[in-house]
Amino acid sequence: MNAREAILGKARRALADVPDVEPVLDVPVVRPTPARDRTHEQVVDLFDERVADYRAVVERATGAAAADAVAGALAGRTPIAGSGPLRILVPPGFPPELVPSGIEVVTDGPDITVSDLDRCDGVLSTAAVGIAETGTIILDHGPGQGRRAATLVPDLHVCVIRADQVVAGVPEAVAGLDPVRPHTWISGPSATSDIELDRVEGVHGPRTLHVVIVGPAG
Amino acid sequence: MSGTFLGTPAFPTAARTALGDSQLRRNLAHATGTIRTKRAGVVGEVDEWEQLRLAGAAIKERVLRHLPDYLEQLERSLTAAGATVHWARDAAEANAIVVGIAQRHGTDEVVKVKSMATQEIELNEALEAAGIHAWETDLAELIVQLGDDLPSHILVPAIHRNRAEIREIFLREMGRAGKAAPEDLTDEPKQLAAAARAHLREKFLRAKVAVSGANFAVAETGTLTVVESEGNGRMCLTLPEVLVSVVGIEKVLPTFEDLDVMLQLLPRSSTGERMNPYTSTWTGVTPGDGPQEVHVVLLDNGRTDVLADPTGRQALRCIRCSACLNVCPVYERTGGHAYGSVYPGPIGAILTPQLRGVGSDPQTDSLPYASSLCGACFEVCPVRIDIPEVLVHLRGEVVDAHKKASRLPSVQDVAMKAASWTLSSAARTERAARAAGFGGKLAARVARRDPGGRTVLGAVPGPAGAWSDSRDVPVPAEESFRSWWERTDGGRSRTSDSDSDGGRS
Repeated sequence: MNAREAILGKARRALADVPDVEPVLDVPVVRPTPARDRTHEQVVDLFDERVADYRAVVERATGAAAADAVAGALAGRTPIAGSGPLRILVPPGFPPELVPSGIEVVTDGPDITVSDLDRCDGVLSTAAVGIAETGTIILDHGPGQGRRAATLVPDLHVCVIRADQVVAGVPEAVAGLDPVRPHTWISGPSATSDIELDRVEGVHGPRTLHVVIVGPAG
Repeated sequence: MSGTFLGTPAFPTAARTALGDSQLRRNLAHATGTIRTKRAGVVGEVDEWEQLRLAGAAIKERVLRHLPDYLEQLERSLTAAGATVHWARDAAEANAIVVGIAQRHGTDEVVKVKSMATQEIELNEALEAAGIHAWETDLAELIVQLGDDLPSHILVPAIHRNRAEIREIFLREMGRAGKAAPEDLTDEPKQLAAAARAHLREKFLRAKVAVSGANFAVAETGTLTVVESEGNGRMCLTLPEVLVSVVGIEKVLPTFEDLDVMLQLLPRSSTGERMNPYTSTWTGVTPGDGPQEVHVVLLDNGRTDVLADPTGRQALRCIRCSACLNVCPVYERTGGHAYGSVYPGPIGAILTPQLRGVGSDPQTDSLPYASSLCGACFEVCPVRIDIPEVLVHLRGEVVDAHKKASRLPSVQDVAMKAASWTLSSAARTERAARAAGFGGKLAARVARRDPGGRTVLGAVPGPAGAWSDSRDVPVPAEESFRSWWERTDGGRSRTSDSDSDGGRS
């Protein structure tokens, strides 16, 4: 007997006490309905506050000011190369009007190797969803978000999210995701508490997460 | 490479050694206390927490009660999404599958995401035996691996080490396994983390094969999930060409929607955060993004045995959050090594004996007794595993297994038989009481006062010795109640020399 048949057979025998009914009828699952009494504006405010709680940088910007906010996130950083402009990874589909001038743009794609990524000073991306209660940004790696490695290897991640993409809680976010796509949930910069539970930001992922929330709430 | 738990003494012996280590007790008290407080804070924010726990328990219960169907569905979804599914009855089969995949790709190293399942099957040792280096990339696991040590906590495996010890390990060992630590390394956590970043980055960037576990595997869609903090998980899950995930068969969730309940319960229970920094989900192969060859090893290794016990089955709901460790008064004082298993603390005390089988060795059989049954573990469990109930159930199993193994009656059996013979006759009871009174008079001569002023005996000889080693035994009364009643006419004619509680020194 192969391992598959052996395991499934053993599991069936182990469950001899379970009546042969539909799982849904056998064990009903009642999900709580969260009481949500915040306006969308308050939801966005909460998102702002909770992202900042992870020691990420959060900024609000409307209209044209968004481009300045993105440029500001890059200002003052030293290129890995030591001199010259910053090398910034920009995924296809990222709004061109938000790409600052004076940087070297590296366009993300399958031909960009891991060591190419490692030579980038930062990455710009959009997001798919924001979760207010947990301060989480979810990337589904659609247009503007790059491949999964794009927002991982460079040391700075500047993420632009529209206020209308922010939802209150985890259930609303999960309900809107397409399971077939890969997802990356980001709650603050890379962090560890493994040494005496002292929180240290930045182990392997970006050490700095800079979030720009664009547009009026609501 | 890390040692194994093989040969760990039974819990009472291991615990006694741990209790003597004051540094360990200080580290543990600080760690468990800190996480407990953080957890309580973020759980308090969620109004519907109790309903979420009920939903989490029900989802896992549904999976367990219909596991074969969900496993077949998971296999179909994974295959349709481009993953290759393997089945492994035990550790040897699972290890052979992973070793085989690495060998087919001609690599002599793999990078690893922290995974309890691969620790349970001792995959690193199996890879090493085949000449393949397995690099742990979680900071705590790296500390454990470089220190040739064993994990002592599910979430923070190096919690028993302090910063000075970690600095020593990094300076001594990093150079042997790759990029050395900088010579001027201090014991600042920030610097230690930076050393780990530099040490591991070269490994991430060149690795062809990665090995992970999975926190959840969705039957409906074939979606696997890993939650983590550092980004080492994302590195392993996305940079190499080949990804192998070893997944315990109890990790299945019916639907993608179920992730919403679990991703609310897990981080708050585990690290005491609203959400862990990074959660990755992937469904088979995504063209042009991440590993283009994806394997999933579905691991039994004793889980179907656990499933066969309707009371013990609930242990398989566990989502490895470690909340039960952090509230356990026993764990807080002994640490994880005393449990002799990759699963320490209250959950380890019920999971390990069931996975290994009771009645086989004294170390495993001691685990259901490694508890005060205070119930704090059940209170914090996000999927409502009634750990005390299972502990008591397993104690019964251990006793039964030993009864079957030996035809000789136990000390308790003999004592109970004798008591029943004595108590079934008034005359015999009276004679026994007189003898006890006599014994009491004798005992009073060797008794001492305890700190509360009560007169007690120290360790007593004979079969009760093990019991009285750690307890104070009250001195028996010098006179039986019956004899006192007859002599004093029920207390109406009190005499001066026999009105005390029976003990004097």
